[in-house]
Amino acid sequence: MARAEEVAREAERRDIRTRWLLSAPALVIIFVAATGPLLIVLVYSLLTPGPYGDVKWQFSSEAWVSVFMERDIFDDTLSLAAAHVTIFWRSIKLAIVTTIATLALGFPTAYFMATRSEKTRDLWLFLITIPFWTNLLIRTFAVLQIIRNEGIINMALLKLGIISAPIQILYSDTAILVGMAYVYLPLMVLPVYASMEKLDFRLVEAGYDLYATRFQVLRRIIFPLVKPGVIAGSILVFIPAIGAYVTPSVLGGGKNMMLSNLIELQFGQGRNWPLGSALSIAVMIIVMVALLAYVRNAGRSEVRHG
Amino acid sequence: MASSFSIKHQPGFTAIAATCFVVLYLPIVVLVVYAFNAAASTSEWGGFSLKWFQSAWQNTQVIDATLRSFQIGATAAILATIAATMAALATTRTAAYPGLTFKYAAINQPLMVPEIVTGVALLIFFSRIKIFTGYSGLGYLIAAHTAFCIPFAYLPIRARLENMDLTLERAAADLYATPWRTFRRITLPLLWPGILAGLMLAFVISLDDVVITEFVKSGGQDTLPTYMLGQIRRGITPEINAISTVFLLLSVAIVTLFFFISRKRD
Repeated sequence: MARAEEVAREAERRDIRTRWLLSAPALVIIFVAATGPLLIVLVYSLLTPGPYGDVKWQFSSEAWVSVFMERDIFDDTLSLAAAHVTIFWRSIKLAIVTTIATLALGFPTAYFMATRSEKTRDLWLFLITIPFWTNLLIRTFAVLQIIRNEGIINMALLKLGIISAPIQILYSDTAILVGMAYVYLPLMVLPVYASMEKLDFRLVEAGYDLYATRFQVLRRIIFPLVKPGVIAGSILVFIPAIGAYVTPSVLGGGKNMMLSNLIELQFGQGRNWPLGSALSIAVMIIVMVALLAYVRNAGRSEVRHG
Repeated sequence: MASSFSIKHQPGFTAIAATCFVVLYLPIVVLVVYAFNAAASTSEWGGFSLKWFQSAWQNTQVIDATLRSFQIGATAAILATIAATMAALATTRTAAYPGLTFKYAAINQPLMVPEIVTGVALLIFFSRIKIFTGYSGLGYLIAAHTAFCIPFAYLPIRARLENMDLTLERAAADLYATPWRTFRRITLPLLWPGILAGLMLAFVISLDDVVITEFVKSGGQDTLPTYMLGQIRRGITPEINAISTVFLLLSVAIVTLFFFISRKRD
């Protein structure tokens, strides 16, 4: 009896050991070429910039101070770094507005897809999946061609006589916003659709039987039931939007920088690797706060429904 | 019969959905149409022409960047898929064991970090190694791409494994098959569609990457997307439309294939 138990325990131990060996390659690659280097960024943010880029191995908290502050070169007093605050504010604002815009457009789209017949649903899903897997740079480039001064929007408006001179959309915050909403829309539609597909329409019917209006059904029945999908979609849009690099580089021009462009600058012309590192950690912190809010929210809604 | 009351109707939703689909595809259609434009400017239509495809084809920089993209993409996708398959075998069809949650978190970690942060981290790390070893080849890009491709390759493989029960494997073991033989003859053939889907996903993800490549690459290591980004920043020529069109066709072909493979259920 005792022996059989021992054999079973030994087999289980061997199984777990095999499972660790099997996962080792993936874990090692990710640690070496993704997770591990993040720790180096943290260290670099606490060092002194070298004269030609890179760092001097000397502790300094200067990089963290200059994330938001500016040191006066004459009297050493600190003041708020207006440029950095503007860029932080622009990034957070654009990421939030993008999330709201994609939700406003994506929610009805997902609802439309989920209410089609089972056969055509796959086709709609396929139509959303194609842009999702299409190169982000190409899609951003496509938006660029539409909204620039000689693009078809301005051309059409000019021809129709609605405007007399082209509207300058490109190289503005609006251009970045339009581009990000366009590029990240499938990231919102897909998770919302996934929860919408599981929606039990008998509950909707019950709502109407109890004399609910369409809007009441939407707000009190449909929305609460697909909320996990909405939250997942919002996270999936917000995280890449706050760190977006391609869209602001292509559509924002040089003036309308977002955080990623500011970070790139520190590793290029700025030659301030510690500041670039501190800014990267700051982006990570914003993302982590968003993720924590997601985990807490997801946990709570699960308790409520299950 | 009175006019039917549809419980699924919501006012305005269909109109918004229609707008979304049009808006999603319109810029892409315009981009493709202008790839066939004979005029040098993208603001006027000068008749149908294939000359931009021709000039892209004769541009050695474009060809070099394309070949480099394929080389990195294929190597990274294969390595990532092998690692992801092993990891998926190790993390599915088991009772919870110590370290399982850690493994999930570790494998999905690249998805949680904005690309710009990973890019910066690898720039710092690899620049140190470059000084230390003197090596500055494509290995860095391949390592970086493999790492961020693993979670994508892992997804469909894990999904497939979770739908496979252990009955057949147990039967094979009962018939005195060695674990390796069971894996080769039972598990692998059943898992194959998942592995193929993972491989294609990883390849597309690697092919599309701009940000991490932009930070990790050394001089003269442009991939097709980083080359295109450089060109777009400098100004627009219809040649970029032509390259984009070919790239789009390739992506659509891979996605279609992926869609059919992952839809097939048995």
